[in-house]
Amino acid sequence: MTAALTSALTSVVPTEVPVVDPSSADGVLGLLWLVIALPVLGALVLLVGGRRTNAWGPGLATGLVFGSFGLGVAMFVEILSRSEDDRQVGQHLWTWISAGQWQVGADLLYDPLSALFVLLITGVGGLIHVYSLGYMEHDARKRRFFGYLNLFVAAMLVLVLAADYVGTFLGWEGVGLASYLLIGFWQHKPSAAAAAKKAFVINRVGDFGMALGVGLIFATFGTTSFAGVSEAAGRASDGALIAIGFLLLLAACGKSAQFPLQAWLLDAMEGPTPVSALIHAATMVTAGVYLIVRSNFIFELAPAARTGVIVIGCITLLYGAVIGCAKDDIKKVLAGSTMSQIGYMVLASGLGVAGYAFAIFHLLTHGFFKANMFLGAGSTMHGTDDDVDMRHYGLLRKAMPVTFLTFAMGYLAIIGFPGFSGFWSKDKIIETAFAQNPVAGACALVGAGVTGFYMTRLMLMTFFGKERWEPDVHPHESPRTMTVPLVVLAALSVLGGVLLLGDWIVDFLAPVVGEHEEEHLAISPLAFSAIAVVVVAVGVVVAWLTVGRRDVPREAPQDVSFVTRAARNELYGNEVNDALVVTPTMRTITALDAADGRAVDGAAEGVARSVGGLSAVSRRLQNGYVRSYAVALLAGAALVVAALLVVNL
Amino acid sequence: MLTALLLVPLVGGLVVAFAPTRRNPLLTKQLALVVSLAVLVLAVVIAVGYDPGGGMQYVEEISWISAFGTHYALGVDGLGLALVLLTAVLTPIVILAAWNDGDEGRWGTGTYFGFLLGLEALSLGVFAATDVFLFYVLFEATLIPTYFLIGGWGGPDRARAAAKLLIYNLLGGLVMLVAVIGLYVESAKAGTPSYLLSDLSNLDLSTGVERWLFVGFFIAFAIKAPMFPVHTWLPDATQQGTPGVSVMLVSILDKIGTFGMLRYCLGIFPDASQWATPVVIVLALISILYGALVAIGQDDMMRLIGLTSVSHFGFIVIGIFVFNSQGQSGSTLYMVNHGISTAALFLVAGFLVKRRRSQLISDYGGVEKVAPVLAGFLLLSGLSVLSLPGMATFVSELLVLVGAWVEHPWIAIVAVPGIVLAAVYVLRMYQRTMTGPVAPGVEVVTDLRPREVVAAVPLIVLLVVLGFYPKPLLDVIDPYVQDTLSHVGKADPAPAVGSAPESRADSAGSDQ
Repeated sequence: MTAALTSALTSVVPTEVPVVDPSSADGVLGLLWLVIALPVLGALVLLVGGRRTNAWGPGLATGLVFGSFGLGVAMFVEILSRSEDDRQVGQHLWTWISAGQWQVGADLLYDPLSALFVLLITGVGGLIHVYSLGYMEHDARKRRFFGYLNLFVAAMLVLVLAADYVGTFLGWEGVGLASYLLIGFWQHKPSAAAAAKKAFVINRVGDFGMALGVGLIFATFGTTSFAGVSEAAGRASDGALIAIGFLLLLAACGKSAQFPLQAWLLDAMEGPTPVSALIHAATMVTAGVYLIVRSNFIFELAPAARTGVIVIGCITLLYGAVIGCAKDDIKKVLAGSTMSQIGYMVLASGLGVAGYAFAIFHLLTHGFFKANMFLGAGSTMHGTDDDVDMRHYGLLRKAMPVTFLTFAMGYLAIIGFPGFSGFWSKDKIIETAFAQNPVAGACALVGAGVTGFYMTRLMLMTFFGKERWEPDVHPHESPRTMTVPLVVLAALSVLGGVLLLGDWIVDFLAPVVGEHEEEHLAISPLAFSAIAVVVVAVGVVVAWLTVGRRDVPREAPQDVSFVTRAARNELYGNEVNDALVVTPTMRTITALDAADGRAVDGAAEGVARSVGGLSAVSRRLQNGYVRSYAVALLAGAALVVAALLVVNL
Repeated sequence: MLTALLLVPLVGGLVVAFAPTRRNPLLTKQLALVVSLAVLVLAVVIAVGYDPGGGMQYVEEISWISAFGTHYALGVDGLGLALVLLTAVLTPIVILAAWNDGDEGRWGTGTYFGFLLGLEALSLGVFAATDVFLFYVLFEATLIPTYFLIGGWGGPDRARAAAKLLIYNLLGGLVMLVAVIGLYVESAKAGTPSYLLSDLSNLDLSTGVERWLFVGFFIAFAIKAPMFPVHTWLPDATQQGTPGVSVMLVSILDKIGTFGMLRYCLGIFPDASQWATPVVIVLALISILYGALVAIGQDDMMRLIGLTSVSHFGFIVIGIFVFNSQGQSGSTLYMVNHGISTAALFLVAGFLVKRRRSQLISDYGGVEKVAPVLAGFLLLSGLSVLSLPGMATFVSELLVLVGAWVEHPWIAIVAVPGIVLAAVYVLRMYQRTMTGPVAPGVEVVTDLRPREVVAAVPLIVLLVVLGFYPKPLLDVIDPYVQDTLSHVGKADPAPAVGSAPESRADSAGSDQ
């Protein structure tokens, strides 16, 4: 039946899935390995070098990331100058794994998709390094922080530049490790250490999908390289393709905090704020979207898996938005929002050829405006003695004008104010979703309205209204190292939409994800945009009516509806995990632990005791080991004779 | 050459234990270290001269008891070489890490290091023996130094742990002895009796006899490995033994179990091995999950690490019994990697225990604040135990999982929760001991001394280097695995897209 569906779909939308077939890297592209090697070097120097590098280490780390960014720009310019079908470049470094038929190379792949990611990772990453120079200035373990940041950048680059699923897996876990180390950076706080472990363990559940996916891909194709798999995908059975699709989706859910593996992201806000901006907003959490888009040759042939992707995206975009509405911790609002925005990207990537480019487009603009807002939140915390509770803010626009203005640019971008980057990228997703599936489109549209509500609430509680901070807190603007990155990111948040000029990003990504005839809605795009803007406006107005017009109490009111309580508790995601997974596992462990001591071992020790008591045996063995051994051998020999007699009979 | 490899640690061990230098502990330790380094040099020379093309090399063969057909016969192939190298690398590191462990025991420092070197000699012999009888004798003999090392230098309940180890392993050994004698009977029936592996692997056995003899060997190896349900001696032994002895036990001696399965069970009883596969796989899957779950519940670090090995040996056994290149290469590599990573974790945890004088996780907290280098090493070794990509263990675990999937998806699906549980037991231990506020009593923990750093660094470096460049090992392992597979009569299945293109005939048109 699914086969019929496939052929039906392919006949409706005649698409050709591009095959990954890179040419050998030369010229500036031959330096591809160096893009990764620079931050690796930084991490090694800072982490192995120890205290000696305290003074100059953070500066070096920042410089190296900008070095990678420079290379990224040069390579980007190089492929832009090439013809469209010459933009896939591969580099073989060495043979990594070889067993029987399976050959995994330490191979890199540079194509339009990875080109954009390299720019995002090293560009935003570099800015966040600069910001951290100011933010972490008084932290005694600053050097280590920068070492971990470089490690993260290196791993993320491996993730997007690998030419093989196993290489992607390497980067995948590398960013997971960096995330673990950075969430738990202030590990003297038990809550931070617990959050770090939670993030790692939930991500391991996603790895479940990655590990099994690699197994199934090899069993199906006899290779795990993107080139080999994309070439042979058309010959695989539907069952295999759908299974691979769902396994990769599971992996994506873990890394991108999508339902049902979303529970770790809000706790991850325990990490220093630059980490939240870089890892838990702009880059790492979008790896799931990258994986789906990169595996377009699988998903194009597995419509059932694509439907799964759409469902997950819709659930999560609403789930995250609802959480964002009820939290008072500014970082957790932004985390809920991140979850929701990635939901949009996942939804778009589930729409197939029509959506891949828009998923990546939104991923880039979100990288700009969300990093901007997270850094802005870090700046407000920096100015208010690390308070994160928005109920203790109010009127910060007076004390922190730069932070306010840059944050406002991010705000306008995320709610989709016409002309700002988020307007273009989100609009495209909602529109494409409506064209394919009205239910998904409706979810996305409602989500946009809710986004308008919670972001307006955040703005009003933080920057407007009355001053609500303690008398001994003196809000002040942050130093230049922090505000300059904010200004740059704010500019990108405003202007990011230019990527869509003349459908540039769609054409640029076409060699990776394929070309597609645009599907047209019954109404004109302009009218559609107007509807979307009205929905957002409703959300904004509701926020103004409920938050802006009244005084915000310093303590969260407790006599609230069930819905609010549920949203504050992250829709009981943790409770569900506990009830379904954690508690049963812990019970099993307790039971097994007891059984291991009694049943299995007890039987063995019981045998020994029945022979003459274990203590007596051990005493005898200690007194005259050799003699006992001889006796044991003798007994054994007797047993052998008996056995042989039995056999001979 | 191989005889020299065995004699150096054996004679060296005797000298360390009995020469007049034993009255001077420092000199004794230095001597032991020099001997173990000499063994390492020899092993490296052997590895360099080894032809990666495969086959049994450095063969030595002298008739021993001609009436029984036993020989003093040695040789190494890819499998043997990998484990010989592992043994030769780990022993000097253990000696360096356990520098002062021998000082507070029932006997003197010299005896401790003498036993360690003796154990190294016997283990090398086990991995190099190509005669079943010689193998059996050495296999049993390894128990003697192990027993004394645990019983003489371990924790408060060491006598019981040592006795338990002995009873379990002797029992396994006796069952194997039956099978070894059975082999003689069969070999004699076929003509001249011979215990040479090369003769026995071509022995024509009737199905029933082959199965009985297989079971005899397998039980001994399963106890040694150890597999569920005969694993319980191991956590007791690691809990009571000193960290260095636990490394010798878990990283090297336990490998004899999986080594034996590959070399003897598959080598002499190929058909019976395939007959037993369903049961073996089920037991191995239980081992993976059971070992990991019980490990999560432990408060004693050394016991916890011992139990993680039960889980990891489950993976190794699965790789062996899925009968394909990925699985068996993965398993062989896994033996080496597991040896290194578990050694790292045992030794670093041992450094910690030595300082605070407690093995209980609940006695610790916030160690990272007072000893950041120690915490860093514990984290790195922990990450390798949970098979993080980039660490050597990842390559082998992935190979085993992929091999399992190729054989049957359900094996992989049941095994893979093991990787989630591994993250839980490693990070739970790290979180509770290293992070949070400094627990009372932990202030005394000092950071690692240079000697300890020197012992731990090679292990971490090896884990990272082999994580990115396992090729030198895989190159010698692969020919061995291909030989084994062809001996067993199994070939790798072709990938699905190669073998059945017609299954997608319905959509073939759209592919053109």
